[in-house]
This record gives sequence, structure tokens and C-alpha cells, in this order.
Amino acid sequence: MLADKDRIFTNVYGYQPWNLKAAQARGDWDDTKAILARGRDAIIEEVKASGLRGRGGAGFPTGLKWSFMPKESKDGRPSFLVINADESEPGSCKDREIIRHDPHKLIEGALVAGFAMGARAAYIYIRGEYIREAEVLFAAVQEAYDAGLIGKNACKSGYDFDVFVHRGAGAYICGEETAMIESLEGKKGQPRLKPPFPAGAGLYGCPTTVNNVESIAVAPTIMRRGAAWFASFGRENNKGTKLFQISGHVEKPCVVEEAMSIPFSELIEKHCGGIRGGKDNLLAVIPGGSSVPLVPAAEIWDAPMDFDGLRAVGSGLGTAAVIVMDKSTDIVRAISRLSYFYKHESCGQCTPCREGTGWMWRVMERLRTGDADVSEIDMLWDVTKQVEGHTICALGDAAAWPIQGLIRHFRPELERRIGENVREAAE
Amino acid sequence: MADRHLEPDSPELRARWGSFAWTKANVAKAKEIVARYPAGRQRSAVMPLLDLAQRQVGAETDTQGWLPIPVMEFIARELDMPIIRVVEVASFYTMYNLVPVGRFHVQVCGTTPCMLRGSDDILAACKKRGMAKGHTSDDGMWTLTEVECMGNCASAPMVQINDDNYEDLTAERLDAVLDALAAGNAPKAGTQEPGRHTVEPSGGPTTLKEMVKANHDYRKEW
Repeated sequence: MLADKDRIFTNVYGYQPWNLKAAQARGDWDDTKAILARGRDAIIEEVKASGLRGRGGAGFPTGLKWSFMPKESKDGRPSFLVINADESEPGSCKDREIIRHDPHKLIEGALVAGFAMGARAAYIYIRGEYIREAEVLFAAVQEAYDAGLIGKNACKSGYDFDVFVHRGAGAYICGEETAMIESLEGKKGQPRLKPPFPAGAGLYGCPTTVNNVESIAVAPTIMRRGAAWFASFGRENNKGTKLFQISGHVEKPCVVEEAMSIPFSELIEKHCGGIRGGKDNLLAVIPGGSSVPLVPAAEIWDAPMDFDGLRAVGSGLGTAAVIVMDKSTDIVRAISRLSYFYKHESCGQCTPCREGTGWMWRVMERLRTGDADVSEIDMLWDVTKQVEGHTICALGDAAAWPIQGLIRHFRPELERRIGENVREAAE
Repeated sequence: MADRHLEPDSPELRARWGSFAWTKANVAKAKEIVARYPAGRQRSAVMPLLDLAQRQVGAETDTQGWLPIPVMEFIARELDMPIIRVVEVASFYTMYNLVPVGRFHVQVCGTTPCMLRGSDDILAACKKRGMAKGHTSDDGMWTLTEVECMGNCASAPMVQINDDNYEDLTAERLDAVLDALAAGNAPKAGTQEPGRHTVEPSGGPTTLKEMVKANHDYRKEW
């Protein structure tokens, strides 16, 4: 188990105040000037060496992402850092804890990351439903301004850096980086075609990097303790510590920071009091938030909870939102409810997603009651393949994968329902 | 996509809301909001201004608030943008109420993580009290909506009522919260599980135990 001294988010449960004074006593904003004094390239190299991969789901190497930003502006355009706090992926609830209990880690991270990429300001896009959390964030940003930590001559570094908070208003799709940029510009959150990539033309047509809250908030600690420290946790290519969020049928759902690559069984038994009804009562797990395919009990139990370990069992780490389902679960309904979610959240821009999510949900509802023909299982599979990869953003993929996971692992259950329904109808 | 419609434009609506303008406090707030964005990019402020307007309407009507067409027109004038661009934004984002709502907007999360922890019971408890999805009760007190994942999955099931979340609910705990609100009290927000603080494992944290009592500085152990 990860030692407490190696946890980054020490106030994750909010037993202590979030304010600047308390945060400084825990080590935040400690000589940030010295971190900046090491220079832009040194910061990016350190983050690269730490092996930090984006914590928002895609897992792209964070330092590498920062290095895509222009070294200097040739045409006078400023650069922006946009921090994705639009946490809406079902199962995910980690950024909320960072923001309401440890906001200064995020704000300090914004300065460090923004400085490293030469950004003039950061916009933190927080989901609209995080109302109280946004109140804390606004207040924490104000504290940082008042203390001279951000703003003009931030931390007396000679660097000017602003941090603004922007509240969303209830659209999952704004978690997609280009939809987020559209939304920040005051439009509907509909994803843009890439290229151009945000690092070339993003917010207001300026070079922009979009990073997840957790990716940014861990950066100052990585700079203080060094890349080697961060890289000492987790397997090769899957380094660092990570906030895991365990929901569903465990005895004690919780959010907890652990080393990457911790086996599923250890995560559940050490922190969550085990599976409800015992290990043998486990049916399946969605290990990385709603858009990754489910994994049956036998395959997940010993799997290392990291990018590669979960890919090896046909799923993904995503945001490390672990949704546990025991044998009492109506598994078809559980996945159908996710299909409804994607139908609800499709932005309507691309036809395969707009029409496909509704179609898939309606078929899933019929499969749930067994009111279908066995051949429709293959038809549904086919349609998921026609949606996947044929839309501007990944929402289409995200809607397809849970259904594919269900068909892959629970086809007998789908067939059983259809068979029973047919028999019932005959009787 | 979400199924939503605008409240029809009517002479009565115009009469009630045609002269909508910021309160004195909101004039200053709106100015501060617009200043968050670069000069010439004031349209970026459309979302926070719609939220501010909805809250002002809410304060004037003693409800959570909503956005009548004349109010959206006011925002369009404030930000020098076409009204249709404002309506597009207001209708795209589900937190903007396009029709009047009640004093309390009871938003029950029904997505899978909450469903697994019993959100069916929470919805049933709401219905038992006379609420119906998508409707406002006759006394104007309650509007019930089933919403998508609210990001409180480790303390599910939950409802958001106006600005506060109530987590770790059972039908009985929800009843207690709603009774308190109906009586004009302010029930404790957050988890309703006795002894639980936030999202640590129920019964006490398995990690960072020093933090429970004091603001422990772990750097000494680095």
C-alpha cells in the first residue's frame, strides 16, 4: 500500500480547511518561485521524465503535450492553458474532491504548467453542477491573487499569469477538449474537427493546451519531489500515483489515492471493505468510467489497475472510476442506462452518434426485457461498429464500447432473456 | 439529445419580463464576469450571465429560476450578440431552465453508479410524495427531474436540490431532507450517512488518518 507520506492529495477527504493558510502548512505554494526559476524546458523535462500520463482518460503523456506549445509567439497571439474540470463521466468523482478540499494544488499547478508552456492565462472549466465546489474554487483563486501568488509578477517570478474560473451548465460533451473550447467562447459545446489541433489554434484561435485537473494538480509535487520519486510507483509506462474512485457494490465506496498498477483485489479489499456479499458475489466491473467496456469478475480480480493492465483485459483505465457490480445486478439494465446517458448527452452534430445513440438505447431496452430476436444482437454489434470511429469526437466510441463489452461477455444472458420472452409469449 | 422546449412567447410573458434588468448587485457582478474574458470576446460571458439571470429570476419568483425569452434578449443586448446565439446556448445546456420551475428543483441522479446504489428507491420516494418527473407540484414547491451523473458516485445515491447535494441517501433520509426543506429549515448538505465525513470509506479513512485530527504536514517524512 502507498505510504501516506507519498500521497499527493493529503486533504482529499476535507478533514482540514481548504484555505491558503492551511494549504501552505501542508506544503503547497512552498517557494514556487524556485520551481519557476528552473525554467520552462526543465519543468517540461521533469514532467516528461516522471512518466505522468493524462489523468482525464486518454492517458497521453502530459510533458509531451506541454512541449507541443509554441516556444514563443511569432504573431503576437497569446497561449492559453485550459483546465478540464468538467468531470462528468459516470463513475468519476475525483476532481470534485481536489477542487473542494485541495484547490490550491490545482491553482499552483496551473501556474507551474502555464509557465512551462508559456501561457498567459489559465481557464478552469468546472462543470456547472459543481456549485459549491466552484464557490470554493473562486474563493481560492481570489486568495492566491491577494497573496500575489498569481496575477502580475506571480510569486515574484517576474511572470504574469492569470487564472479564471468558468462554470459549465450541464453538458457532458464539454469534457471533450474542443467542445470545451467552443463552450468557453460562448457557444454550444460541439466538438471541432481536428486538425487544427488546439496547440496550434484553440481558444480564440490561440495556441491552447487542455489538461485534466488531476494532471495539473500533481505537477507541483512532482517538481518538488522529483521525477524519479513519481516514477517509483507503478509499472513501466504506467507511473505515478492516482486517485481511484470506487462506486457500486462494494461495502464501502470511496475515493482513495493509490500507486498505479495496484491489483484490483488489493484496491477493493484494503480500502472498500471488499465486494458486497464477498468475492464470489462479484459479477463484473467497469474499471475506468462508463465509456470503457466491462470486465467479468474472473478477469478483473488480479488485474493491475493501470493503462496497460486494463487494456490487456479488453478495457481501459479511463479516469480510474471503478464501478463494481455484484450478482444482484441486472447487467443489461446497467449498460442500457449508460446507453441512455450517451443518448442524452450526444451533442447532435454527427449523424452516426445523434441517431445511433438513440437507436442503440432503444434496442438495449428491448434486449433488457427480451423483446427482441437473437439476430438483433449481431445487428446491434454491427451498429456499434458503424458508430465507433465515424464521429468527430469520441462520444460515439464511448457509447459503443459499453455495449460491445456487454455483448462480448454476456451474450448468453441476452439470449436467455430473448428465449424466455419468446416462451412467455407462446404460453 | 435532451428533450426540451422553450416557454412560448406571449404578451403576458412580455408584460412580466420585458423590462428585466440587473439588480444593483448584479450590475457589478456582470461587469466582473465580462472582465474575465479578453476584450472583444465578451460572448464568452454568455453562460455565466445566463446563470446570473436565472438566479435573479429565481429570487424574484421565489423559485430556482428560469429563462423567459425577454430575459435572453436582455443578455443578447448586454453582450452584443444575436438573440438566436443566446437561445442556442440556453437550450443546449441542461442547467438552464427554459420553463418555470418550483421553489425546490429536486434533481435525482439516475445514472448507473447511483442506480446500483438504489436511485430507484429515491425516485419512488419522490413520487410517493406526489412529485412527477418533469413536473412542478401544484403548490409550486417541487419540480422533479431525473438527471445524468452528477459526479458524486462514491457517495451514491444522491440528489441535488437547488445549490446543494444530499448524498448517501435512502428513502427515509431523503424524506427527512425534503421535510426539513418544506418546513423552511436548512438540512445539512453532503453525505447523510451517520459518521461519514465526505468520501472516505464509511467508518473512517483507511489512509491519511493523521489528517482527521490535525493539519498534518507529511513533508517531514519525505
